[in-house]
Amino acid sequence: MIAIDMLSGALLLAGAALGVIGAIGLHRLPDFYTRAHAAGITDTLCAGLFLSGLAIHFGATLASVKLGLIFLFLLFTSPTACHALAKSALASGLLPWGAGAPPPLATTNTAGMPPSNP
Amino acid sequence: MIVFAAAGIAVLLSLALALARALIGPALFDRVLAVNMVGTKTVLLIAWMATLSGRADYLDIALLYALINFLGVIAVLRYYEDTGFGGQESR
Amino acid sequence: MKFRFPLTLTLAILWWLLSGYADALLLALGACSVAATVSLARRMDRIDQASHPLHLSWRLLGFGWQLLREIVLANAQVVAIVLTPKPPIQPQWVRVRSRSTSPLGMAVLGNAITLTPGTITVAIHGDELLVHALTDRSAAGVIAGDLDRIVPPDLEAVR
Repeated sequence: MIAIDMLSGALLLAGAALGVIGAIGLHRLPDFYTRAHAAGITDTLCAGLFLSGLAIHFGATLASVKLGLIFLFLLFTSPTACHALAKSALASGLLPWGAGAPPPLATTNTAGMPPSNP
Repeated sequence: MIVFAAAGIAVLLSLALALARALIGPALFDRVLAVNMVGTKTVLLIAWMATLSGRADYLDIALLYALINFLGVIAVLRYYEDTGFGGQESR
Repeated sequence: MKFRFPLTLTLAILWWLLSGYADALLLALGACSVAATVSLARRMDRIDQASHPLHLSWRLLGFGWQLLREIVLANAQVVAIVLTPKPPIQPQWVRVRSRSTSPLGMAVLGNAITLTPGTITVAIHGDELLVHALTDRSAAGVIAGDLDRIVPPDLEAVR
């Protein structure tokens, strides 16, 4: 019982610490694009460790399954939100620090567009 | 219990840091990114509260909050692409 | 059309996991909402292998496991960078080609790249991806195709 509590506590603390590191990265990195990378920490490993710490606390119940579903949902949505942010930042003319304008893709008029003939 | 409290305070701290980034910007996208992170932290905080109070019902709220957070970001970006917020904040 | 049954089954299981109730009235309401969702999905023409890749489920599990490993490794790198006094970053654009050309395969790869901290897919055209990388190391990882290698190669949306 104590071992389970310790494991759950360790996962919780690790997840929370990663969350703080991600938020610090939001302030230490120079521009939007680099900050988006730091935000990626909080969406993946931080949430994963934190939620699994809580799930261990709940034990084998439906609540743990729900926590797993929350994590799965975050895994599916966070890259989409991140991509949408970066794409519209680029479309608005915001250039990344230190990297400049992006190289054109094979056909030039299509930044961020899906393939026209799937 | 102390571990639990520490984890909750750490989440609140990162929430405050993200909120500060949302306030200082400078680009609109910095703000939206920070708000997205605030939403993720809120989901974690609600799940934490559910565990603390032993009420698994709160987890449904956390799940819904994750959904609304995602839709909110997409909606703001779509609105921005359409209108540019009246050109007040061009980048 | 032949995927209506697995979709119904998945939705029913999901409904029960989220509600946890088993009395008659609520089960009936759950059945109604599952039926409504399936009919909506049919109207949206989404009952295909793209929205419900059951035929790949075991290999998707293997993919998920390897993706998890990549995510942990990439997280460690970005955490180290954030905690270094002067963040040693070399932000840069990377253009890579993927092995797969199917839209579904590209979508999965693009999402996997964005999900690993340190790299963000900004645009996709054909079999080419435009990726923003945080450091030389994460850029090298994308160019070497670390994630491209673990995405199941024949993800194909079949109607």
